[in-house]
This record gives sequence, structure tokens and C-alpha cells, in this order.
Amino acid sequence: MSLSRDEVEKIAHLARLAVRPEDLEGYARELSGILAFVEQMDAADTEGVTPMAHPVEASQRLRPDEPNEPDRRDRFQAIAPAVEAGLYLVPRVIE
Amino acid sequence: MHEKTIAELAAALQAREVSSVELTEHYLRRIETLDDALNGYITVTAEQALEAARAADDARAQGRAGALTGVPMAHKDIFCTEGVRTSCGSRMLDNFVAPYDAGVVERFKAAGCPVLGKTNMDEFAMGSSNETSYYGPVRNPWDTERVPGGSSGGSAAVVAARLAPGATGTDTGGSIRQPAALTGITGLKPTYGRVSRWGMVAFASSLDQGGPMARTAEDCALLLNVMAGFDRRDSTSLERPEENFTAALDRPVKGLRVGLPKPFFGEGMAPGVARVLEEAIDHYKGLGVEFREVDLPNAGLAVPAYYVVAPAECSSNLARFDGVRFGYRCEDPKDLLDLYTRSRGEGFGAEVKRRIMVGTYALSAGYFDAYYLKAQKIRRLIADDFARAFQEVDVLLGPTTPDTAFRIGEKTDDPVSMYLSDIYTIAVNLAGLPGMSLPAGLADGLPVGMQLIGNYFDEARLLGMAHQYQMGTEWHRMAPGGFK
Repeated sequence: MSLSRDEVEKIAHLARLAVRPEDLEGYARELSGILAFVEQMDAADTEGVTPMAHPVEASQRLRPDEPNEPDRRDRFQAIAPAVEAGLYLVPRVIE
Repeated sequence: MHEKTIAELAAALQAREVSSVELTEHYLRRIETLDDALNGYITVTAEQALEAARAADDARAQGRAGALTGVPMAHKDIFCTEGVRTSCGSRMLDNFVAPYDAGVVERFKAAGCPVLGKTNMDEFAMGSSNETSYYGPVRNPWDTERVPGGSSGGSAAVVAARLAPGATGTDTGGSIRQPAALTGITGLKPTYGRVSRWGMVAFASSLDQGGPMARTAEDCALLLNVMAGFDRRDSTSLERPEENFTAALDRPVKGLRVGLPKPFFGEGMAPGVARVLEEAIDHYKGLGVEFREVDLPNAGLAVPAYYVVAPAECSSNLARFDGVRFGYRCEDPKDLLDLYTRSRGEGFGAEVKRRIMVGTYALSAGYFDAYYLKAQKIRRLIADDFARAFQEVDVLLGPTTPDTAFRIGEKTDDPVSMYLSDIYTIAVNLAGLPGMSLPAGLADGLPVGMQLIGNYFDEARLLGMAHQYQMGTEWHRMAPGGFK
């Protein structure tokens, strides 16, 4: 699998990563190398194999539907880049 | 004082030969004079460490001391520490002061261990050489032109250089065992689910597991006694009865059946590593261990499968870093998309971006079956291989890494060649098994690690087998020149 510059640009957009135009070529080469490497998986016959989710087959625990975390909004917002009146600030999204 | 192991330090504290404050001051002085040459610590927490040391001494005076009360240690900077920067080796979290403690950090606090500082690491634990850290590479105390391995390279380097008696690490594809091998220390990756992932910055959640790094197996057992245990806040934490990991240390290894996995002893292993392993096997034979060859037919698929599973999970986990709630935010974003993309583009380094993009691609519409699902099926094949092997043998033994520590810069231009330095460790993570590395000799003056792999929950047996080796050999006592 070889990725083109345009495909890398599209992937970067999906991943919400700004990539400088001069870096696209390098990423295309490196990502193609990694994808070519992982294609070794194709050699394995996995017909009928159940994909593995958890190594020891544990299941999710259930708990009563009651709040068990205290409200720590101030604490968490103290480390945010920009907050006002308890809200996180981002650039205007509605004109 | 720093030549002592954790077990010896604990005994010295108990005998009142030294106080925790004296011990902590001693390590802080060593860090101040010696760490510039290594770059093993990102943040040194001298004040908090001394405060905890005073509290530990008080607890001892009042008869409330536990097994490790007063023994200082270090945390990999991937574990959240309340009130202390938790950078994860990334510009993205350079300004992040964690608002809470990780489960593992809580446990060490409760045990009364002062924390000397937060150790350097590959960015978001993605790397095998500690060269992807935003804070610069860590240097190997055995040769400062060489890497200490990664991603827990800072923890490995500071333990090897006696700048901490022990440290925490995390292992997603070998990140405890590979740096332990390259720096000549002992490190253990527990069974997946043993150690809480709560507050441990997530990289690949189905593989990530915290574990101890120290100089001896006995010390790793003591640290694991603190670290292991159920945590309801981690949805994959396993409910197991409390276990004392030091209990089996003195059990003789006579009659133990040990498998040598065929694919681990083929081409690719450096001659110096092969020679050291042969000697280690001979030593165990002298103790009455029975060896036989076992096959792991799908082992060759482990690294390719890992480089789908790990990037896929990382692309999902790292989506939380958006420049809105915490961490790095770009200057003057012109709109919301610009805020997301530039904060992430500027906050993450090259290897993290590569992996996010590989993962995003592998999970995108039309590719999921061919990549992620295929890789999860291969995980099953690999786990089945191990299960078959463990019907015949108790433990598997092999090299931890194909070669000794490489030079800084040697593998940075070729991601795939870097990935292959974890060729013997990754299958263990894919299967969720416990594995450890212990020093077994030198090749051209550089440490060589021996890897032991156990069945699920068999940590005590691995630690015992390693301890029996260390009782009859001196490799774990080797100290790098300049850091003795």
C-alpha cells in the first residue's frame, strides 16, 4: 500500500492534525513504509478466528446507576487554556 | 548508600541505620550532580519528596511503618501526580499539572514512598529509544552516546545510574523490558489487568500495563506488592485476591520446565547476545532446570499486528487532546478547526503524528476489516501459540532484545527498523501475558537482558526464577562506571 501526498492530507484532516505542506512528502513515504510492513499480516490465514478483545476474557463490571464522582469543575477548569463563567472558550462557531 | 537494593534500604530504615530524610537527601544530591549527563528526570520534586520523607520518618517513630515506608522512588512521567506537572514527554502536556493522582501513585503514597521526581520517556510512550521526548533524549549510563531504550528510558537510566532505587514504568510493546535490558536492570510487565491504568495517560488501552523497574527481582516483587491490585476506576482491572509476590522468591527452580521459543533463537540475534543467553541457560541447567525447544509459529506476525493495534488505539485515545480543556493551545486560532488542527499539529511530535495517522487510516471506512480486525485475529493466534507452549512448559526464556544499546540517532530515520528492536517483547503484550527482563551479562561492555515469559498471573514464579538466578550470579550488581 502506497499513500499519495493527497491521501496523507486527507488522513491528516480526519485526524485533525495540521501538517505543513513541505512535510507531506516525508509523511507519505514513512506511512507507506509502515503500511507495507504491516501487510505481512496478509500471510496469516485467519479464516474463522475470533478476534481477541481482552486477554483474560473479562467482562465489563456493572454498578448501580448512582453518581460516584464529586463535582470538581473548578479544579478541572483551572488548568484549561480559556474559561469564562464555568464554560470552556473556543473561537466563535456561530456568526 | 545508593549501592543498596530496595530490600537492603528497607532493612536499613527499619534498623534505624538511616532515616528517610537522609536517604532522600542523598538521592537528590546524586540527581543534582549526575543527571545532567543523562537527562533521566523531566521534573525533580525535591520539596515534596523531603516532606514525604519526614512523614515517613514520623510514621516509623510512631510504629506505623510498612514494608517500604521511607524508601524513595521515581515515577515515569506518564502517571498523573496531583499538583505536579505530568508531561508524558510531550509539548502537548508541558503545561499540564495533573488535578489528581493515578491509582499507582496513590498506592505508593499510601506505602510511604517519597517520590524523587518524574522520569523522562518517549512522547506518549511511543518509541523504543527515548529519542521522541519533547525534553530531549535520555542517555544510557553505560555509554552516554547510546540510547537507554524506551519508552521507559528515563526510569531505566536513573535506576541503572543509582539516581533512584526503583521506579515505575509502563509497557505497551516492551517499554519496561527493552530499556531494562539495555541498561542492565530488572523490570517486569505484569499480566494485563494486574496494575491499575487509572490516571496512567492512555496510549493503546488493550496493551498498556504499568510495572516495576529496579535492580533485582526481589525489589521488583516488593514494588509489585505495592502496585498490583483491583481498581474499580479502571474498567479492565482484574478482581484478584491479594497476592504476596515475594512469597515464591526462595522456591528452588529444580525440575522447572522452561521452553526456548524457536523463533527467538533464529537469525537476527547478535552473537554477543546469543553467547550471554547460552551462559544463562547453562547456569539454570546447573540449578536443575529442564529446557526444551517450543515453537511459536505466529511470532513473526507480532510486530506487524502491533503496529496496527497500537496506532489504531492511539489515534482514538489521543483524540482527547484538542486544545480546549487542558494541555497545549495554539496562538490566535482563527476558527474551531484551526484551533484543533494547529494545537495538535504543534503539540505533538513527529512519531506521535505518524502513529495517529496510521491509526486513523487503519480505522477509516473500508479499511477496518483489513487492518484492525485482522490484527485482533492475529492476536488470538499468538495467544493460542503461547497457550499451547504453556501446556508443555512452565516458563519461556529468550533474549529481551536482538542487540545491545544502539547509538543515539542510529535508527531515527527509519521507523520500521526502530520498531524491530521490540521483536521479542511485543508478542507478550498482544497476548496479555506477564514478562520480565533481567541482566544476564555484557557484550562489548554493554548490558544484555534475558527475558522470562510466564502464563497469566504467574508473576511470582517469574520473579522467583529470576531471584534464583540472581542469588548465584553478579550481573544485577554491575554498575556503570561514573555512577557507582
